[in-house]
Amino acid sequence: MSLASARKLRSSLAMSACVGSAVLGIAALAIILGALLWNGFSSLNLAVFTQMTPPPGSAGGLLNAIVGSLIMTVLGVAIGAPLGLFAGTYMSEYGRYSRITTVVRFINDILLSAPSIVIGLFVYEITVIQMGHFSGLSGALALALLVVPVVVRTTEDMLNLVPGSLREAATALGLPRSLIIRHVAYKAARAGLITGLLLAVARVSGETAPLLFTALNNQFFSTNLNAPMASLPVVIFQFAMSPYKDWQSLAWAGALLITAAVLALSIGARILGAQKTSK
Amino acid sequence: MNETYLPSAGPVVADSGAYAALAVGAQAEKMSVRNLDFFYGDNRALKAVNVPLYDRKVTAFIGPSGCGKSTLLRVLNRMYDLYPGQRAEGEVLLDGENVLDPKLDLNALRARVGMVFQKPTPFPMTIYENIAFGVRLYEKLSKSDMDERVEKALRGAAIWDEVKDKLNASGLSLSGGQQQRLCIARTVAIQPEVILFDEPCSALDPISTAKIEELIDELRVEYTIAIVTHNMQQAVRVSQHTAFMYLGEMVEFGETDQIFTAPRQPRTQDYITGRFG
Amino acid sequence: MTQAVLSDHIAAAHGDARARALKGFKLGDVAFHVLTKSSAIAVLLLLGGVIVSLVHGSAPALGEFGFGFLTSQAWNPVTEKFGAGPAIYGTLVISFLALLIAAPMGFGIAVFLTELCPHVLRRPIGVAIELLAGIPSIIYGIWGMFVLAPVLQTTLQPWLINGFADIPVLNDLFAGPPYGIGIFTASIILAIMILPLIASISRDVFETVPPVLKEAAYGIGCTKWEVMRSIVAPYTGVGLVGGVMLALGRALGETMAVTFVIGNAHKIHASILGPGTTISATIANEFTEADGAMYTSSLIALGLVLFVITFFVLAASRLLLARIKRQEGR
Repeated sequence: MSLASARKLRSSLAMSACVGSAVLGIAALAIILGALLWNGFSSLNLAVFTQMTPPPGSAGGLLNAIVGSLIMTVLGVAIGAPLGLFAGTYMSEYGRYSRITTVVRFINDILLSAPSIVIGLFVYEITVIQMGHFSGLSGALALALLVVPVVVRTTEDMLNLVPGSLREAATALGLPRSLIIRHVAYKAARAGLITGLLLAVARVSGETAPLLFTALNNQFFSTNLNAPMASLPVVIFQFAMSPYKDWQSLAWAGALLITAAVLALSIGARILGAQKTSK
Repeated sequence: MNETYLPSAGPVVADSGAYAALAVGAQAEKMSVRNLDFFYGDNRALKAVNVPLYDRKVTAFIGPSGCGKSTLLRVLNRMYDLYPGQRAEGEVLLDGENVLDPKLDLNALRARVGMVFQKPTPFPMTIYENIAFGVRLYEKLSKSDMDERVEKALRGAAIWDEVKDKLNASGLSLSGGQQQRLCIARTVAIQPEVILFDEPCSALDPISTAKIEELIDELRVEYTIAIVTHNMQQAVRVSQHTAFMYLGEMVEFGETDQIFTAPRQPRTQDYITGRFG
Repeated sequence: MTQAVLSDHIAAAHGDARARALKGFKLGDVAFHVLTKSSAIAVLLLLGGVIVSLVHGSAPALGEFGFGFLTSQAWNPVTEKFGAGPAIYGTLVISFLALLIAAPMGFGIAVFLTELCPHVLRRPIGVAIELLAGIPSIIYGIWGMFVLAPVLQTTLQPWLINGFADIPVLNDLFAGPPYGIGIFTASIILAIMILPLIASISRDVFETVPPVLKEAAYGIGCTKWEVMRSIVAPYTGVGLVGGVMLALGRALGETMAVTFVIGNAHKIHASILGPGTTISATIANEFTEADGAMYTSSLIALGLVLFVITFFVLAASRLLLARIKRQEGR
């Protein structure tokens, strides 16, 4: 075999391996989604949305878990998003050239990928132990702490994309910095900021680990933030690990709901982001 | 280097009342730049610059790119304060008050000294809001007063007829020339005393440029104007005084006619006859 | 009009209103500045708070067991003897195996996306992979338990056990019986989970290579493989390592995808087919049921160990990725 054809052969082999891994990887992910859709839809019925989580061995729904998840996610975002927004604002608008910003960015990037179960332990230490019991509030707080790094990151990135000329133009009118940020920079970056928020919601709505020992779980319907609260991920975890067929199929139904919500949020975020760049 | 223009040749008195009295008949200096140095970090971009802006006159700044004319403009409203590592030394007087004073209220200064930029920069809001936004922060106006103010500003910027039917459209939907006039209207609406134009036509087509130039000539009745331009014909068309800058130095300042017909400095002559720059 | 008249005119027009507005600005400006700055500092305090609370919570266990905690295989709630050995071992082994599978595949997908894929498909496939990176880990977990584990138990695992039965070392590594769940299965799930992450970071990193570099190489007759290996790989090496480290950081701390299929056994086996545990799975499985201060404290100490490991891995990854970003900027 000539050198040229040997080189060509080696190249095609390597490239086939790349195609192979792409096919394999995408197939694996497709199989997971397929299994989820199959099992999820076959377990999905009206009762899932109207009934409470059942005792072992009987049929029921996920209403209390759905409501609990919604409450804690909304509350978590309501606490975490403003904090992240303001921190990201400082980094882009006031402290763009300062030491603090470099340090905060580095730490924030680490928090972004830090194990969520550790955040759960932290919130357990500062709330559950102090209050003496598990509560929906603790769960919301744990989710809030996971929202913060996502929002910090997107806020800083998006505000950095706002052209400096816009800030100069507003400054030239004699407008104070805080108003320029709130009325001009936020407005110019709005699509990006909302994208970040959606991504943050998507991130926390499937989080299980930090809820396990903060909100715990609650078999009954409860909107009391001072008491343990059910959530979809925790119920899925508990039901899937159980030996009961009814519980297992409810777990699949819940998994389908969460995935649908997360995908819808990320696709929404993407569409918004695309609109912004095309303008 | 400053033989051609002696600073404080005109009457300059700190007390503005006395200043006004003296100014009658003579040309009053609305702003005066005295011995100004400017630094980007260690790089000295302006070297002992002296120049006046006469009240309700148009002063043009010309010179090859990098000569410091835009830098000088950005000192007049302290725009450079936005960035770290930039500083100015010397004096810039606005009605006898030093605007380089660190204790000065920058927002108040910028409300008095407006600026229009090279590229049109409408805010991401409606045309109406682009004007009303700034006004509302300074004054509490009723809806009808605000409507009136917006209309007056848009008329003042010669754009009212083009936008009066779409005040709720986004400012970004206008053409480049219209956007620039919107930005001028926005500046006028705050009722400044001085307006700085930083190459306002360089991103525009000839027809839009002509409109802006016409507008600048009209604005002169009420405002003191400084304009940076790389277009010498534009300087001739719109200005009464012209300053020629080169490598951070003020080479020559004088009446526009004199600068372009009988420059005193050989470097000015070289530049306006196109021998460099 | 004289100067004085102009001033009067302005004073009449805005006068006190403007002065008041300007004063209001000052206050609002300072307040907003302080608000945003304290928020930024709060992010730092958050990290500090996590460390302090974990150290505080794990103090009893670390005081009792000392450094031996890191290596001890004991895990006995009755006698209150705890050690992190099996959990640390499981965490490291599973993450390592997952990377072993996911990194080459992720690179392959990235090469496929940047070099081979028809242009029409590039965006859809790229987007699909990024979307999959966002699917909650619990989904991977229950799929692993209900679908993958039974399949592995009846196919791949018996085959591995029988196939390597006579080969030394490997027969210890793949020793039966086939449980289905265990370290091996957890690694596969984890690999599938971090695959989209590695693929999308590698693709972004590959795209930082200036086209002229590749064109120059193709210009002298290099094959695709030679361009990738000799031009793109050296140019992007730092970024690729950074991406893999980031994925490693995720894998180390991943809880739910692993907890379902790990088997929760506090033992170090030679066989990777056997059940094991990881730090996060141990905490997730046992924390709410832990009674006794020493038990809880030991679990928090596990969390501290996990946090320290991931902190260093993630810090290294961020530094490497920052380097490739600077390179691109130049």
